[in-house]
This record gives sequence, structure tokens and C-alpha cells, in this order.
Amino acid sequence: MLKTQEFTLNMGPQHPATHGVFRLLLHLDGETVVKAEPIMGYLHRGIEKLAESRTYTQVIPYTDRLDYLAAMLNNLGYVQTVEKLMGIEVPERAEYVRVIVSEMSRLASHCLATGAYALDLGAFTGFMFPFREREKLMDMFEMICGSRMTFNYMRIGGVADDLPEEFYPAIKKFLKEFPACVDEYDGLITGNEIFQARTKGVSVLSSKKAIQYGMSGPVLRASGINYDLRKKRPYGVYDKFDFEVPVGENGDCFDRYNCRVLEMRQSHRIIEQALERLQELPEEEPLNAKVPKVIKPPKGEVYHEIEGAKGVLGYNVISDGTVNPYRVHVRRPSFINLSLIDEMCRGWKVADVVAIIGSLDIVLGEVDC
Amino acid sequence: MENLFTNLAGSLRAALESTGLPAILTDTSMTMVKLTAILVFILLNALWLVYMERKVAGYIQFRPGPNRVGPKGLLQTTADIGKLMSKEVVIPKQADKVLFLLAPALVFAPPLMVFAVVPFGENMAAIDMNIGLFYFLAVASLSTVIFWMAGWSSNNKYSLLGGMRVVAQMVSYELPLVLSILGVVMITGTLNISEIVRSQQGIWFIFAQPLAFLIFFIAGVAECNRAPFDLAEGESELVAGPFTEYSGMGFAMFFLAEYASALVISFMCAILFLGGWLAPFGMTFIPGWIWMFLKVYLVMFLIMWIRWTYPRIRVDQLMGFGWKVLVPLSLANIFVTGLVMKIFKMLGW
Amino acid sequence: MESNQVMKQIKEKYQQVEILDNHLLVPETDIKAVMKELRDAYGYNVLSNETAVDYQEYFEVIYNICRVPEGDMINIKVKIDREKAEIPSVVDIWPSAGWQEREIFDLLGIRFTDHPDMRRILLEDDFEGHPLRRDFKWVGGRD
Repeated sequence: MLKTQEFTLNMGPQHPATHGVFRLLLHLDGETVVKAEPIMGYLHRGIEKLAESRTYTQVIPYTDRLDYLAAMLNNLGYVQTVEKLMGIEVPERAEYVRVIVSEMSRLASHCLATGAYALDLGAFTGFMFPFREREKLMDMFEMICGSRMTFNYMRIGGVADDLPEEFYPAIKKFLKEFPACVDEYDGLITGNEIFQARTKGVSVLSSKKAIQYGMSGPVLRASGINYDLRKKRPYGVYDKFDFEVPVGENGDCFDRYNCRVLEMRQSHRIIEQALERLQELPEEEPLNAKVPKVIKPPKGEVYHEIEGAKGVLGYNVISDGTVNPYRVHVRRPSFINLSLIDEMCRGWKVADVVAIIGSLDIVLGEVDC
Repeated sequence: MENLFTNLAGSLRAALESTGLPAILTDTSMTMVKLTAILVFILLNALWLVYMERKVAGYIQFRPGPNRVGPKGLLQTTADIGKLMSKEVVIPKQADKVLFLLAPALVFAPPLMVFAVVPFGENMAAIDMNIGLFYFLAVASLSTVIFWMAGWSSNNKYSLLGGMRVVAQMVSYELPLVLSILGVVMITGTLNISEIVRSQQGIWFIFAQPLAFLIFFIAGVAECNRAPFDLAEGESELVAGPFTEYSGMGFAMFFLAEYASALVISFMCAILFLGGWLAPFGMTFIPGWIWMFLKVYLVMFLIMWIRWTYPRIRVDQLMGFGWKVLVPLSLANIFVTGLVMKIFKMLGW
Repeated sequence: MESNQVMKQIKEKYQQVEILDNHLLVPETDIKAVMKELRDAYGYNVLSNETAVDYQEYFEVIYNICRVPEGDMINIKVKIDREKAEIPSVVDIWPSAGWQEREIFDLLGIRFTDHPDMRRILLEDDFEGHPLRRDFKWVGGRD
């Protein structure tokens, strides 16, 4: 008697393509996915709990460890929330510095997402090209704050330090070269026949589904919804820049990938403009607002969202009037973007699962918090 | 120079005969010497190819590649093999031990066996078989069984999936491979590999049979599991496919065998389509075996170049491409070849 | 429509709803009805964030819902009894609540009734206690 049997495959926690310690329990029929059970928490460090026993400033380095690929954006989200809570006005110069570093962080994150996506689909060289640019960005971050991954650069009321002298020529050189580099990614990865065959039409996410499941960032925009908080609810000085929001059409893996590549070009534009404005400002202008030595926000709570690299990054900070935050909650875009993984994987092949996870661009530090 | 190796073999044979050994013993020992020479050649080549691949990959990816061990990093592979040899061979508890250990031991056999009939130059085949091409096809497809052995015996789900992919892939790409060669065989009317090379005096078959070359090359790349057809390994989805559970020398054997089989495909490409040892543009001052070598390495470089550029294709796309594109195309190629041959015959050429 | 106006209209319709400085305080009994109304009548189609706080005497569940792609947001809070720690789930209104409610259950121990899959999500299944509760004491290991 012949009979068929479902086959379960543990993808992860140690697996090259799950982008961290994430486990996907696949139920397979041959190579086709019947059901995908996501299991996470391998990187859960209890950052929300830890924050309760730290002072407001001490929480900043913890936010670095959430989305460690775009740590500046996490810093930004947190300090802006606390500033909103305390009613602090940040000096203009600091705002431009913040925009420059956070867009650089977005670039670094998207470079990694693009490269790792190529690697997921088996193109090793496609991985190395964006990493070359990411490396340059990391070097610049090192100039700014001495660290390459976990920056701890933003402060409540401003930033830790001024941009160093050697940073300006480096970023100018980078900005000059970068558009040609993105063209290279387009030539090597985006335009590749096999790459397109692997991603076009794979795991289509309709705009309705994307909204229902609270998707955000490139994943939502790839489904054709023009929702970018930098435009819709501008924070900081983002309303002063001229840039576009790339929107996909089909909501398939290719669009999700392509949205990121197009966003890199827009981030490049923002950095260019911010750098120009920053250099117009007199250098004597302060980089920090007048903030009390001991940060003790008044009783109250604020929920503030920014557009992170992976999607809408929200911080909910509750103060009880003491030096420690009463509760910090982070709305992590990777966590919520991942919640549809089961449905998105069903009916696709094992190789597509890798392509789907890669196109969602998750970071486990953020999923597990 | 041209006859360096044939002369060497000749003088060795003369020396053996002069010692007064019976003819059968002389023949056997000559064959043994030839086969050992081939074995050494293949192993050295596999070592060199690993190094070359890493260097090529390095330059494609803006990095220098291995450059620490030995001059220009030449001893890197040797050091790696040394390291792998000194490692423990871990046998999973649930594995089928006999098959698990047999697979890496056997994996080198098919490519080595093929090389017995491959002419490295004029009169430089160890065994000049009159059905050499047929022998090549028969032996080369044996590797499927060995990969499946490794995949099955590991008792690991990734290995099993990888093993299933190998079988599906190799069986379906064998067909276009054979069919594409048929065009060449029809023109030459022989299965003897040396004869096929000699009949390319006038025109290399890459120009007479361009489509067949393309199909042979693609199917060949798929046969030796190289990117973009490296689904069996598929490191981003299947970890390492059939080799997931292998460690130490077991892994090294599979690793080197991959290069040996890529070498087989390169040799066959050079022989069947690129004129083998024949010199182009009458540049006969360079010996034939060097030409052969250059052509083989040209194809090898092409294979590497593709590997370091393209993403991997998906399993259903692979099968679709094989059955819906390559097989019909190769059938069409045979049909057209036959038609043209008939017309030429009617015209009396 | 501005979110302030929406808050006022909701207040008119549901007497027990209170408008505090920047959010709506909705009683537990009305939560599903208010949420449905907000989604269907006012077009708040995304539950951006859902979380909860332990105020020692009571729990507070916070919903931040917004309109996509317009982008305006409304904050809603619900106070629930700490002993009972139960609230109706909003998964059927916004599927994105699924994992967020599981996370709240995991870390704070608030049970969402009618949730299709009420299991722990971040911590292991046999973990005892709910770490984000104020009275949680970590036993063993480093603190």
C-alpha cells in the first residue's frame, strides 16, 4: 500500500536563512509547505523589563539592541518619545545631525537586507556588493560615535557629540559614489532573470491583508499603500525635505525587495539635503537642548511612532514622575510584519520560504525584544 | 614537445619490455602507471581548482581571496585538506553506517572512471575505447546513486530533501545531455572520443552545433550540481543538502569530487565542441595537450563565472526548464541536424 | 475627520466613555462595540500597537489605532481588574492583534477571551509567572 505522509522540517533556530535565531516548523507535502509554525523567543532578553529599572538615559543603549542593523533609528524613536513626554525642543542643528545619521542607518539596514536577500536566493556575489557600501557606512559611524553596530549616539535633547571633521569628506565621497552603486545592485540582482523568476509573483500580499495585519514599512508599501510616517506624520525636521515614497504594485517578494532598493535612492537624497542645510547653519549653534541633569519627566505617557527601517517603530513610554520609566513598550515592526508568515508561506516551496522570510526583512533582536 | 607524454610512455614501455617481462604484465603495469598518472592529475587539479575558484570569487567580489598560506595563498587548499583530515568523522547515531561511510569513499569513482577514456592530447587517452562517449554517459550518471546514498543514509531531513532533489535533477538533465551529444555523433558517425576530436579538423562543433553546445553546457553544469543549479546543496534552504551530516574527510571528499566532476564536464565540452587538442588558427607551435588544457580551463572559468553571478533557481523551475525547454530544443536540434545532413548528401557535398 | 471630533462623537454615543487628555478611556464592557464602530464608521483600519501596563491596583490595556494611509491616530485605554485579568480579544476586528495579544498574555498574564491561539509567544511554554507584572520576582540565575 502506498500512502503519503506529511513531513515536518525544523527550519532553525540555527539555520543560515532565518536571519537570526528564529525557528520555523514547516509541515511539508514533498517540498510544498502545508503549514508553517513560527516559534521565536530565542533572543528574548526582556528589554522592556530591564528598562523599568534603569534611568531614562540608561535605556538608550538597550534600544540599540533591538534592531541592531539600524540602531540609530531605534535611538531616535526612543529619545523623541522622551522629549515629547518632557516637552523638550531640540536645537535645529541637532535635528539635522539626527536626520543624517538615521538615514545612514536606514541605508545600512537596507544594504544588508538587499545583500542578504541575494544570498538567500543563492547569489553570493550579490551579497558582497551591498556589503561594500555598508562597510563604508559602518566606518563613518565609527568616526561619529566610535561604534559600528550599537551606537548609543542620541541623547535626550540632542546628540552625544558633534560630527567630527573627517566625517564630512567621507560622507561627501560616499554620496557621490552611492547612486552608481545602487545601479550596480540593479544590474547584478534586480535585473537578473533568475532573481526575477524566483521573486515575481511569489507570496503576493494584497493591500487589504497588509492593512488588516498591521504591516508597515517596505512590506506595506510594496502592496501599493503609500504610507510613510516621514510624510504622513512628519517628526523632527522631516517635513523640510524633498523626497518621494516608493510604492510597489503587486505586493510580491520582488516588490518588497525593490521598494527597499528604491528607498535607498530616496535616503540618499535626504542625506544630501540635510548635509547641505547642516553646513549652512552656524557651527556655534548648540547640539543639545537645555535638559536638567537628572531626567525626571512629569507624570504621564506618550506613544510616538517613527518610520524605522523595517516599518513603523513605536515607543510607548509611561512616566510616574521618578527617574526610572514606569513602563517602556516598543512596537517592533519586524514582530508584527512576521505575524502573517504562516499564511504567506502556505502552498509555496521550501526554497520560497527562504525568499519570503528574506523579503520581510526581519531582525530577530527586534522580533524577540 | 607535442609528443612529450606519448614519448615518455613509449620509453617506459620499452624499458619494461627490455627487462624481459611477459607482454601481459607489461600491458597491465603500463595501464596502472597511466591510471595513477590520471589519479594524481585529477587530485592536483581538484586542489588547484578549489584555489582558483576562491581566487576568482575573490576578484569578482572585490577581495583578494586566499593569500596567506604559501606564496600567493597557493597552499590554502592543502592546509584546508590537512585540517579536514585531522578532524573527527562524526557518524550520526541514526545513520546507516555502511552506506554513510561508503558514499564519500565512492564519490570520486565516477569522475575518475570517466577520465580513463578521456584523451588529454593526440594519442593520450589511457584507454582508447571505441564506445568512449557511451561509456562516459553511462559512468557519469552513476554519481546520482552516490549522492542519493549520502542523502538517504544520513537520516537527516535536509539530507533527504537534498538527495531527492539530486535524483530528480540528474535524471531529468541526463536526457538533454545525451540528446545534445547525438547531434555531434550524427555528424561524426562515431562514439570514439579521439575520432570525434579528429573530425573537428575542418570546423569545431561549437560552430556547427551551437545549440547543442549550449544545451550540453547547461545540462552539464546541472549534472555537476553547480550554481545556478546547486539545488542539492542549496545552502540557504537545505543547509548543505546530502552533505549536511558529513564532517572531516567525508565532507572533503564530496567537496573535491564536485570539482572533479566539473572537470569532467569541462573536458567533455572541450573535446566535443571546442576541438579538443586541435590548435586554432594553425598555432601548432603550442603542443596539443596545452591547447586541450587551455580550453578546459576556459570552460572551467566560465562555470565559475556563472556560479559567482547567478542566484539559484527553484526546484520546480529547474524541472520545468529541463523538460519544457532543453529536451524539446535538443530534439529539434537533432531533427535539424538530420535534415541538413540529408540535404547536404542530396547536394552531393 | 479629526481624531478629537471622533473622540467626542464616540463619547456622545457611549456615555461611560471618558475623554482624558489624549486618549479615550473605555469601560471593559463597551470595548468591542467601540472598536467595531471606530473601524467600520470612522475607518480606523490598523491596530498599530497594543500593549498593557500593570498599575499594581489594576491593569490598563492600551490600543493605538490609526487610519492608513491618512495616518491619524487615536489612543484607547481600558482598565481591567487585576485579579480577573481578562478582556475580550479584538483579533476579529484587527487580525494584527493576534501576536500582540499573545505577547501581552505572555508577559503580563492578561487573558484575552475568544483569542484563537492564546499561548505564550516569547517565553518557553513551561515558564512560570509573567515577568512584566510588577510583583514578578526572578528566581535563580543572575538578576
